[in-house]
Amino acid sequence: MDFLTHLINGISLGSIYAIIALGYTMVYGIAKMLNFAHGDVIMIGSYVVFITVSTMGFPTILGIVIAMAICTVLGMTIEKVAYSPLRNATPLAVLITAIGVSYLLQNIALLVFGANPKSFKSVVPFEPLVLADGQLVITGVSIVAIITGVIIMVALTLFVNKTKAGCAMKAVSEDRGAAQLMGINVNGTISMTFAIGSALAAIAGVLLCSAYPTLTPYTGSMPGIKAFTAAVFGGIGSIPGAMIGGLLLGIIEILGKAYISSQLADAIVFAVLIIVLLVKPTGILGKPINEKV
Amino acid sequence: MLKNMKKSTRSNIITYAMVIVAYIVMQTLVSTGSVTNLIQGLLVPLCAYSILAVSLNLTVGILGELSLGHAGFMCVGAFVSAAFSKINATSIENDLLRFIIAIIIAAVCAGIVGILIGIPVLRLKGDYLAIVTLAFGEIIKNVMNVIYLGVDSKGIHFCITKASDLNMESDGKIIINGATGITGTPHSSNFTIGVILLLITLFIVLNLINSRSGRAIMAIRDNSIAAESIGIDLTKYKMLAFSISAMLAGVAGALYSHNLSTLAATSKNFGYNMSIMILVFVVLGGIGNIRGSIIAAIILTLLPELLRAVNDYRMLIYAILLIALMLFNSSPAGINFREKYGIGRLLHKNGPDLSETAGTQRAHHVEGAGKKGV
Repeated sequence: MDFLTHLINGISLGSIYAIIALGYTMVYGIAKMLNFAHGDVIMIGSYVVFITVSTMGFPTILGIVIAMAICTVLGMTIEKVAYSPLRNATPLAVLITAIGVSYLLQNIALLVFGANPKSFKSVVPFEPLVLADGQLVITGVSIVAIITGVIIMVALTLFVNKTKAGCAMKAVSEDRGAAQLMGINVNGTISMTFAIGSALAAIAGVLLCSAYPTLTPYTGSMPGIKAFTAAVFGGIGSIPGAMIGGLLLGIIEILGKAYISSQLADAIVFAVLIIVLLVKPTGILGKPINEKV
Repeated sequence: MLKNMKKSTRSNIITYAMVIVAYIVMQTLVSTGSVTNLIQGLLVPLCAYSILAVSLNLTVGILGELSLGHAGFMCVGAFVSAAFSKINATSIENDLLRFIIAIIIAAVCAGIVGILIGIPVLRLKGDYLAIVTLAFGEIIKNVMNVIYLGVDSKGIHFCITKASDLNMESDGKIIINGATGITGTPHSSNFTIGVILLLITLFIVLNLINSRSGRAIMAIRDNSIAAESIGIDLTKYKMLAFSISAMLAGVAGALYSHNLSTLAATSKNFGYNMSIMILVFVVLGGIGNIRGSIIAAIILTLLPELLRAVNDYRMLIYAILLIALMLFNSSPAGINFREKYGIGRLLHKNGPDLSETAGTQRAHHVEGAGKKGV
């Protein structure tokens, strides 16, 4: 029963990672850049929910919608100001800029909200589900996280494959120049990708802080990096891959914490990343990319 | 005399001279008592940061790969050397000799870790390499937090669970106590040693850059496929640059740890934040510019301490600096601006005016380039 509890906790954490990883993987697929600031958008989203719901007493749903709106605007602004001027610059310059943006968001949050951790009240109103005479307890957050994760993945898959905007995204990720020649608004598509990714980050932030209720300016950075690990694990650029990678990583982390060492849980997750990159650098569902001269 | 030299030699001599002059000025100021205790306390970390910045510049600027785990190598060097010094605090009487051996051990260990990490990491490139070095940096920090090391009459004991599992004799003493780290490291480092180490670092790095190996490394940075096609062994030269960079970071760690009485691996001193801070030094000083790294390290370390009022905003300023510099250096608008109003243009006012054509060419290139770097 212990194992089952850990497994469910792992799936729940994994769903949250998966939602974050979706944002990473879409942006990476289209803009070919590692958006380091994604984790910090999560943190901003959580703070917005914390302020609107816990401090100002707004209804939960309204708080989440406001957080999604703010994160969307934030994501698009970041893209416009910091990333789009560097579209043809070297990868090193783009990566350093992304790190700079991540740092900027953290430090703005530090100045505005202070370094003291805020205790985030769970926004999930459901009672824990008790099974098998109390031996197996599934928290409401776990259930909501898993269901949200599945819904988002299905919706995104439909969006990318069935709508015109989604096809434009696929085209841009395949070949930016050719997409532009076909009359696709490349800048608009990239902007839209950032918007979707950031809105998902807000949802992930709420779930993350409901499950682990301490909120600091650094809350987002570690889950962000782990979610990137998940995206790489599943195959970067692939939406089902991000989901599978996220779930597996969540399970590995929780089981590692339970059975190996709680202090080394992060190290185990990163070790997984390294092994994946060495054995199958394209991830579970990724396609190999050949480098041309 | 300077005029007859090769350009690189002249530039190197200026770099060495700059460090030596800065040292003499600082020592004079210290001996006349016109420097506050605060600044005096910063002198050794300053040397450590400069060494770190120079060594990271070898990876980022010369090899052209972004490493985000540089603090991890520093961590290895710091812990190994501090543990060595503490174990041998009584057996090696001479403070300086013990410190020199500790530094050598730190360099060797960090170098070995660098090679071990380099074998898998250097097969990757770009974003993947950055994220894996970050992962390794965090792993090193995490592992350091669970190591327990003790020494008694029977020898050295080691475990990764808790201090009581060391099973030591009654005369045993704990050297590394898990998350608490190492306490009571001999205070061996001082400003003079720091500057000497910085000069040695510069000597190693500058000579490497201007050697055959250095040119091979830079060829790999500029185009790895072209470099491979003319017979440059990619793995060998990448590994060379990466392990030397790690080794020097280990030396900086030894210098850093022997300046502190308590050494623990927290996210502040050996985590991701430290790696980013070193990266800021490198980027601000100019990627690939060794002298710039030192200047940036000095300015960015001293400035916030001199301007206490902005200390809260220090990290914020670092972040804005990073973004602004990248936009200024790499975006089409920034490049055009520099070509029109930059210092280079003003200096060459009488020369042929190429900037206008270069600027327009670049603009065309940017508009037309949809598939750059594929």
